[in-house]
Amino acid sequence: MIADQQQLAALDIPKIRADFPILEREVRPGVPLVYLDSAATSQKPIQVMQAMDGFYRNSNANIHRGIHTLAEEATAAYELARERIAAFIGATTPKEVIFTRNTTESINLVAQTWGRANLDSGDVVILTEMEHHSNLVPWQLLAAERNLRLEFIIVTPEGLLDLESYAELLKLGPKMVAFTHMSNVLGTINPAREIIEMAHQAGAVTLVDAAQSLPHIPVDVQELGADFLAFSGHKMCGPNGIGILYGRRVLLEAMPPFLGGGDMIKRVELRSFQSNELPYKFEAGTPAIAEAIGLGAAVDYLSEIGMQAIEQHEQEIIAYALERLEEIPGVQIFGPEAQQKGGVASFMIPEAHAHDISQVLDSDGIAVRAGHHCAMPLHDKFGIPATARASFYLYNAIEEVDKLVDGIYKVKKIFA
Amino acid sequence: MDDLYRELIIDRYKNPQFRGELDPNDITFEDDNPYCGDHIRVDVRLDENDIVTEAAYSGEGCSISLASADLLVEYIHGKTLEEVKALTKDDVLELLGIDLGPVRLKCALLSLKVLKAGAYGLGEASDDLVE
Ligand SMILES: Cc1ncc(COP(=O)(O)O)c(C=O)c1O
Repeated sequence: MIADQQQLAALDIPKIRADFPILEREVRPGVPLVYLDSAATSQKPIQVMQAMDGFYRNSNANIHRGIHTLAEEATAAYELARERIAAFIGATTPKEVIFTRNTTESINLVAQTWGRANLDSGDVVILTEMEHHSNLVPWQLLAAERNLRLEFIIVTPEGLLDLESYAELLKLGPKMVAFTHMSNVLGTINPAREIIEMAHQAGAVTLVDAAQSLPHIPVDVQELGADFLAFSGHKMCGPNGIGILYGRRVLLEAMPPFLGGGDMIKRVELRSFQSNELPYKFEAGTPAIAEAIGLGAAVDYLSEIGMQAIEQHEQEIIAYALERLEEIPGVQIFGPEAQQKGGVASFMIPEAHAHDISQVLDSDGIAVRAGHHCAMPLHDKFGIPATARASFYLYNAIEEVDKLVDGIYKVKKIFA
Repeated sequence: MDDLYRELIIDRYKNPQFRGELDPNDITFEDDNPYCGDHIRVDVRLDENDIVTEAAYSGEGCSISLASADLLVEYIHGKTLEEVKALTKDDVLELLGIDLGPVRLKCALLSLKVLKAGAYGLGEASDDLVE
């Protein structure tokens, strides 16, 4: 089946692609790039690069405390980025938006501050079997220190969370339920609102790992009812080195600080300090200013295109990709059907290891990821060491799926 | 790419010569590549003069990691323990006959890392062994 371009009327793909200079490059002479690795990191539009470049060219200064024009411009731009991000996710105030380095740091922040203040021996933390290592290891570290009990919502063979097992676990009286909104391997979009509602009824606080969902579907923290929500700039058209922790104000107010140093204090004496107000309490030291501004520009870019349109585009691409992949003899695809997932297709073929698939695809300029995708326990559960993963974003054209499938047939031929 | 999948590599991947486990053995070690979950075990038998009389590997991985394990295990037959300890990254690349980028290099060197950790009697394998 050949794709019907008309189906994707929602987004003007050629226009969007023109915003991403890297998509014009050839991987080697005559071989254009087919970038199907956005779940690992997205490409960046010119608007984001220009915002960062403009900051360094015109306004570069350290933020806060400086009483000169550049310092004021830099501070204003940094705080404006925070306001835009707050509006984008539906936070009640920008004070609830903490700049971190990435999702991983955001989750560690919660485990180390909220966790240390609220969790003690025997307390239960519920996670799921489909977590990225970044929502497992921070809790394992704390569990070892505090003797916590970690429990896991079961993943069904179809790649969905088993909510019955979750209801059972809630009877243990957990203090925290931390789960991924969208799996980076299976693509599963979890029913976050329902999970959070059930957690709240059981008296637990919730953390949503939105690293994969927020770049691709509309996410509103009020609508979800999330207590904490973590995501990374680099997966949503923004730069590396900047991420967000959203937290409900009452929770953040009650938490001890994370890192100590400049900017996070109100007053310091030789033997004591007083923490600064939100959000600065959690932003010790000079932050990634240009990156924050870049993330603000990314949020503007995504908002202008519209998250609903992006979601619809990816729905169409993933539906087509699954249909084409399923035609391939012997292929094994992990995760639920298209309607229950985002633009992620993890697969295997019997002839070749994921590395070899990826390597052969690269010879045609096609970038996919190979490995355990930082979800070793999930791969163990499915009894596979590694998968190849194609992931899509707003700039992917449906013809790129056809190139992927042609490439997989080439792998089969080489390893036949 | 065509280079990377030279006939030798595809052939050793599909028709390994030294795949298996040796029990009893004089040296056995196994380890993972943390980046991709590949897993390789190497078993070695030595005679009274510490010369390799038999060796085999087992585990899971891509064509590069399994072909290099097969070639490496073949290569050490008849070598002394001291010679095995002295093997380097370049020896493996020479066996494979290809150039590799930093990611695939990890695949290619997993078996050497495992072999040397076992030869030195280490508790844990380290990248220092293959640098
Ligand atoms: C679901 C999920 N959580 C967390 C992360 C970690 O993101 P980062 O490496 O930006 O901290 C990722 C990124 O791969 C992810 O896919």
